[in-house]
Amino acid sequence: MADDLFKLNIDGKDIEVPKSYTLMQACEEAGAEIPRFCYHERLSVAGNCRMCLVQWKGAPKPIASCAQTVGEMRMNPDGTPPNILTKGDYVEKARNGVMEFLLINHPLDCPICDQGGECDLQDQAMAYGRAGSRYALNKRAVENKNMGPLVKTIMTRCIQCTRCVRFAAEVAGVEEIGMISRGEDAEITTYLEKSLTSELSGNVIDLCPVGALTSKPYAYNARPWELRKTESIDVMDAMGSAIRVDAKGSAVMRIMPVLNEEVNEEWLSDKSRFIWDGLARQRLDKPYVRENGKLRPASWKEALARTAELLGGPADKIGFLSGDLTEVEQLKAAKDLAEKIGTKSLDCRPAGAGYGADGVREKYVLNPTLMGIEDADALLLIGTNPRVEAAVWNARIRKAWLWNDLKVGVVGEPVDLTYDYEHLGTGPGDLPGLLSGSSEFVKTFKDAKRPMVVIGEHALVGENGIDVLNAAHKIALDAGAISEDWAGFGVLHNAAGRVGALDVGFVPGEGGSDTAAMLSGGLDTLVLLGGDEHDLSNLGDTKVVYVGHHGEAGASKADVILPCAAYTEMDATYVNTEGRVQMTSKAVQPKGEAREGWAIFRALSDVVDKTLPYDSADELREVLREENKVFAGLGFAPGTAGYEALREAPAAAQGLEKARPFGAAFEDFYLTNPIARASKTMAECSLMKRGLETPVAAE
Amino acid sequence: MALRRFDMEAGGDSFAFKPETEPTIAFWLGKYPEGKQRSAVIPLLWLAQKDNNGWLSEPAMRAVADRLEMPYIRVYEVATFYTMFRLQPVGKHHVQLCGTTPCMLRGANDLKKVCEKKIGKKMAVTDDQRLSWEEVECLGACVNAPMVQINDYYYEDLTPESLGEILDKLKNGVDVAPGTFVDRQKSAPEGGATTLKDAGLYDGSRNGVSTLPNLPEAAPASDPKPEAKAEPDKAPPTNTDREEPKVDEAEIEGDKPEALQGDKPADDLKRISGIGPKNEDQLNALGIYTFEQIAAWTPDNVKWVEGYLSFRGRIGREDWVGQAKKLASGAETEFSKRVDAGEVESSREEGDE
Repeated sequence: MADDLFKLNIDGKDIEVPKSYTLMQACEEAGAEIPRFCYHERLSVAGNCRMCLVQWKGAPKPIASCAQTVGEMRMNPDGTPPNILTKGDYVEKARNGVMEFLLINHPLDCPICDQGGECDLQDQAMAYGRAGSRYALNKRAVENKNMGPLVKTIMTRCIQCTRCVRFAAEVAGVEEIGMISRGEDAEITTYLEKSLTSELSGNVIDLCPVGALTSKPYAYNARPWELRKTESIDVMDAMGSAIRVDAKGSAVMRIMPVLNEEVNEEWLSDKSRFIWDGLARQRLDKPYVRENGKLRPASWKEALARTAELLGGPADKIGFLSGDLTEVEQLKAAKDLAEKIGTKSLDCRPAGAGYGADGVREKYVLNPTLMGIEDADALLLIGTNPRVEAAVWNARIRKAWLWNDLKVGVVGEPVDLTYDYEHLGTGPGDLPGLLSGSSEFVKTFKDAKRPMVVIGEHALVGENGIDVLNAAHKIALDAGAISEDWAGFGVLHNAAGRVGALDVGFVPGEGGSDTAAMLSGGLDTLVLLGGDEHDLSNLGDTKVVYVGHHGEAGASKADVILPCAAYTEMDATYVNTEGRVQMTSKAVQPKGEAREGWAIFRALSDVVDKTLPYDSADELREVLREENKVFAGLGFAPGTAGYEALREAPAAAQGLEKARPFGAAFEDFYLTNPIARASKTMAECSLMKRGLETPVAAE
Repeated sequence: MALRRFDMEAGGDSFAFKPETEPTIAFWLGKYPEGKQRSAVIPLLWLAQKDNNGWLSEPAMRAVADRLEMPYIRVYEVATFYTMFRLQPVGKHHVQLCGTTPCMLRGANDLKKVCEKKIGKKMAVTDDQRLSWEEVECLGACVNAPMVQINDYYYEDLTPESLGEILDKLKNGVDVAPGTFVDRQKSAPEGGATTLKDAGLYDGSRNGVSTLPNLPEAAPASDPKPEAKAEPDKAPPTNTDREEPKVDEAEIEGDKPEALQGDKPADDLKRISGIGPKNEDQLNALGIYTFEQIAAWTPDNVKWVEGYLSFRGRIGREDWVGQAKKLASGAETEFSKRVDAGEVESSREEGDE
């Protein structure tokens, strides 16, 4: 028997598990099912619900298996491995008793509870509970607490498992939830019922094993068994978190996280989770054309004919500009059409961005990967605030900081990231001399085995963007972050569609205009693929063809509106910031007459008589895969595979001293894209957040 | 325990520790290693409560949190967990009335009525801000039940009258000394001592000069044999109940004294110091009824009886034979006088093993 293994006999079956296992893990290894409420794999062990009791033969009392470390158990007196029973009268009786106690103060209001149907307490009461209660006294009642616009509380249902308390303190890093008073009066609350300020607060809803914390926007909307569940990919940030879209009829009713260990573990940011009401508001559901200065509904035929007219002019006066949420298929079709028309003016980047034009993929993806943070020993963040740009990843950085002793340094705005870091500077000017500094972090960073340099996409936008990239790259090389088994340099994007667009090559060709040039009004026709976040105020006489799904900035400028499907309404390819190619799934039908983006350009190509060579999305993807092999590896992040490309020293960075300090990537975490801006829930969150940031002496 | 919430209105929006509290704060913070200052949260909350007229307001709690660099919710948890932190205003004199079983049995419920009458409802403050009260669990002064704690001090052995008087005085600004309110010293018996009252205990006249029984020169007649010493059964008598000695008379060393012959009146053997009712019965069973018999015991007889009664050396130490001689001659001993006066309950306490 190896030193770090321990033998056990569980339900008559001999098994060997690492000594660090808890008894619960060992029982699961042996194939036994252990009920639990307070225990959660990603949180610390509390051991307070007592639901996971098992029998240890010879022990005077049942054992809470979640809190018992296997290595600390002792052998039977005759030297044989300890016998554990997870079944049988003894264990059943113990669980029975625990269940009865838990239900003493639990209101049996399942018929009106949103958790009904997916409630741990309900399920476990069915499986392990008694038929009735012997408790004849009054139940206690607890006042509901305000936790903000996202989390609805019905605290009488709470069984005090403290999962939410531990999540807020450990994962989210905001110590805002706690258990006050004690014994019978114990209550879960935020401090004086202030709203939660975490970007991850919605996860407490998933964690709550009962109906105490439920989704406020989803309240009383649907029952879990009525929902059609479709696994998909989130596009609210560039992480590409795995989600499940729950829909009823044509409406998305809620969005839940799905486990993807490599990307989002099992968390989801509030924006990704609560965006869904924005998918039903301000939608473009039919084509429009502008007539006498006013938009009026039109048929597809008319709208496409009008678009063809606008695209009929000189090719060098036509531009294609993509926004943050555009899927790969649409970009590919648009790009192919642009090529057929003959224009070289294509862009997908924010105005002023210089990166990505050379086509070296490693220079615009997050090479160390999101999961790589758990192997890193030092992290340098440049011009990025992962707490709002990739909230779930920020929790993972926090995890590494908490458990792996990861050291973090920041060049940029000194914001609260939920973990300690050393602030090394505020702008590009601090980059060249960074490694010659004598601070504690720089020392650790230079000695680190796996240092990681992450630069925010926003830091690369502006006059010296490419120089900032080069300077950061140089720091990574100098610190030894690039080797055969570790590519510790990457870009953290904040737009879901960006990496895919760069992979498609949606950048200006030789002599073509870039974003800034296209937006300055020199074109006859600009085809906007989403792109509401671009500054459209200087377009002048440029005619705008807007392909998008929300009636916002872009649509208001448009001469023709071609409505397309949003990310929940199509099977579409997105590439996340790591370069991981992933696909969304169609959960509901596109709104009204809206069509999938690629199909619009395919139809348009017919009208302008430059037919594209594919008739279905699958055929288009076939072409994509042939042209760029990265699209062949679905779900795969290249990681260190591309270290060779990073080995080469970058061009010397220039003019960094004069460059502006790094700012925030966006003003408001909750309002970064047209879907979010259409969402009432996000608007409430935004109001709440702004309300909190204005100084309040005492409420 | 009822729901406890901060009184936000009365708490105002600011709090500052008194300057004279700062050294105490520094003392508490200094007790813990660098970076573990959070451990001082309870002492600091306590100090904040003292500096805030006996209750912990929300700004006071925040002041503690800020000082310890703790999230407010963590301090809030502690402040609401311990009922000694009061989240609502209290009077200048806050009465904590113990209502736990011993006090309840000794009349705490009557004291509650006094508080209700003189102060009002629980946790209500009188209009003059002088008094408030609450019921608490055991304060650990059960021997002086019923009792209350007023601010930092215990007021014990209360009656509705004495508590009423205390409250009246405090209400009128008169200080009341803490302690017991009946005729007793601390937890000593009411009305003075009931035991160890014999003045002879203190001037040495009580028992003459005592000799330590286990010294080699003491009581040579009962010098135990080495092997007998090792027997656990022969351990010195204790106060705990023992089983009746089951002794085989033939095995006892020494000579069995002769039983009473003829028809003589029995003496009250309990007048001998060291003989209680139980020993008397046992002696009677041996046929020993009179002082004369005991006065006539030889050292061998004494040894035998000690063996029979399982208290080696005691008859010699207590000088039963000498006492019996005196009593048989019609004289009195110190002890017999007290017995005759009824001062000794049946006999000496230690006689009733």
